Amino acid sequence: MHKWSSLLLAVTLLVAPLSACGSSSDTTSGGNSRLDVVKGRGELVCGVDGSIPGFSYLDENGEYSGLDVDICRAVAAALFDDPNAVQFRNLDSTERFEALKGGEVDMLSRNTTWTISRDTAIGMEFAPTTFYDGQGMMVRTDSNIQSLEDFEGKSICVEAGTTTELNLTDNMRELGVNFEPVTYQQADPAYAAYAEGRCQGMTSDKSQLIARRSTLPNPDDHILLDITMSKEPLGPVTVDNDSAWFDTVKWVTYALVEAEELGITQENLAEMKESQDPTIRRFLGIEGTLGEDMGLPNDFAARVVNHIGNYGEVYDRNLGADSQFNLERGLNDLWKNGGLLYSPPFR
Amino acid sequence: MMTDQEQKIPLWRDDRFWRIAGQVIVVIGVIAFFGILGSNLVRNLQQAGIGFSFEFLGNNASFAISESVIPYNPSLDSYSRVLMAGLLNTLRIAISGIILTTIVGIFAGIAQFSDNWLLRKLSVIYIEIVRNTPLLLQLLFWYAMFLQLPSVEEKFDLAGIIFLSKRGINLPFPASPQIWLWLAALVVTAIAAFFLWQWRTKIIVEQGQSGQPQLITLWLTVITAILIIVFGFGWQAPQSPEPGTIETGLRLSIEFTSLLMGLVFYTGAFIAEIVRAGIQSVPKGQWEAARSLGLKSGLVMRLVVFPQALRVIIPPLNSQYLNLVKNSSLAIAVAYPDLYNVANTTFNQTGRVIQVILIIMITYLLLNLIISLLMNLLNISVQLKER
Repeated sequence: MHKWSSLLLAVTLLVAPLSACGSSSDTTSGGNSRLDVVKGRGELVCGVDGSIPGFSYLDENGEYSGLDVDICRAVAAALFDDPNAVQFRNLDSTERFEALKGGEVDMLSRNTTWTISRDTAIGMEFAPTTFYDGQGMMVRTDSNIQSLEDFEGKSICVEAGTTTELNLTDNMRELGVNFEPVTYQQADPAYAAYAEGRCQGMTSDKSQLIARRSTLPNPDDHILLDITMSKEPLGPVTVDNDSAWFDTVKWVTYALVEAEELGITQENLAEMKESQDPTIRRFLGIEGTLGEDMGLPNDFAARVVNHIGNYGEVYDRNLGADSQFNLERGLNDLWKNGGLLYSPPFR
Repeated sequence: MMTDQEQKIPLWRDDRFWRIAGQVIVVIGVIAFFGILGSNLVRNLQQAGIGFSFEFLGNNASFAISESVIPYNPSLDSYSRVLMAGLLNTLRIAISGIILTTIVGIFAGIAQFSDNWLLRKLSVIYIEIVRNTPLLLQLLFWYAMFLQLPSVEEKFDLAGIIFLSKRGINLPFPASPQIWLWLAALVVTAIAAFFLWQWRTKIIVEQGQSGQPQLITLWLTVITAILIIVFGFGWQAPQSPEPGTIETGLRLSIEFTSLLMGLVFYTGAFIAEIVRAGIQSVPKGQWEAARSLGLKSGLVMRLVVFPQALRVIIPPLNSQYLNLVKNSSLAIAVAYPDLYNVANTTFNQTGRVIQVILIIMITYLLLNLIISLLMNLLNISVQLKER
């Protein structure tokens, strides 16, 4: 009997301090920013979706590609001068915020819509929007469905835990249409069920629908209705109350836009470094201490452009002219060209 | 003079002391452990600027779910209402699952002792395949199977009574406004039949009569019951006023059906093994004794062996029921809006993970404690009465 109790005593004494250590080192409190954690690790852990071509997609060779993926790579390039110093984690829409809050990933870059409740009540911090989107509806070409009213008594597939799910409910409530939502925890089964004909409609962000349509068995059998149900600003996310880390993600994202605005591309970067324009020299870290003030290398923006290119190049490569989707820039063009992209000055 | 007994044993050599001290230390350790977890939680929540309250439950849920037993309107109802709808969906699966899985399990279990070679082998094949593959895989299998049904526009129409389509199985459903009255009548008929049966057995055994008149009355009650069910309930077959929609009748969505099928066949295989073990635990002498009385093998099983086997069967059966209820949370894989699925969406939309998880844990705990309680009562009733 007393052998048992002394064993239990030993175990308890061992476990109690261990659990205390574990819990205190996991938090980002006490001025210990995630930025230092990432720098110390020498690698960025980035949460992505992993199943949306054009945004984040894991191909047959085990390579990630897409706009969201390039944002992760840009942060890694800024910090480590190595776009491959990233570990990607595939997260579905229901687990993403918990993974971020629990410190399992350093940042999210996965089609996450910026909303006020996520920014406040859920405790997230949204970096600048990298893609302005709107919610659409995909139907079968031969289905005779032209508007949301035609969904009376029909079913619509949707991914759970998304703003899409809420917008759909709101829109249908306004129109007074009785429909059946079939909610899936992940995108893959949702699109599979839609492809099998479980639902007459599939709703999500338009860009995602276009990208996903390309993976359906007969892409031409499906069309997007000419409806925009909501605005969906998508961008990278970090956890609340960590300014240093949030600033890093924010300004790396802005650097992509600013580079396009200044006309700096992967190709002309070397020439641009010779430029006498003070704005360009400050941006590339040749003059001033813009990077060092944030705790980054001074030439972080130059590193980003060198490895990833500017926003325009990233867009063209993944979604635009150079990709299979050939999406118009539209809202995602620079403000000078009538779009919404605008970077605060680098000075 | 001091005797040996009055001489004090040093405290650290005193077994009684260590016994108590060990318990105290363990209790302190457990409290400290949970205290650390709790304070850590509160600190982290404060850091994230989120308080620990359940007020969010009153907020508008504003997400729709595909099926609900109670009326649920996403535009008006709160999170507590949607969680209640999810709980009722879980209960719907749990209750129909427990009933069906018991039938499947007992049938497959007894079939292993059948004199029929084909039946015996079929049940072994069923049990071995189902027991050795993961439940999640089976659920996805059933779901994929049901997705192969034709679309709503081209539904299978079985005599205009049953519709089969990708949206689900549509069955006739009682729609009579006086349904409760008819149900009450049915219950009365059943009670009458029960007493008739007892009376008949009694006079056959005690007075050696044939029981023929009673048997005829018994048949009359059965016919009355059938008439009530067929004509009183006002069965309404599903209707399709325009292609693509199905109205009235009972709809079992393919999400519900695949979850139910998966759970019933999976748990049923385990119950079959429990039933087999229970039957084998009955001494061989009982079979031989019963046969020597001239009973046929079906009657031996029903009257002699199975009642004795119940003593061994019921305790593990309880565990299987609990497993069924817990496994129903895999509904999330086939998009059925059960409690866990709905709660998952809730904490995603509100960010109140810990509160929602607490609610889920307490609900499943209560549900399973109730099942255990009922099963324990049943267990007591079949135990040997030792006097």
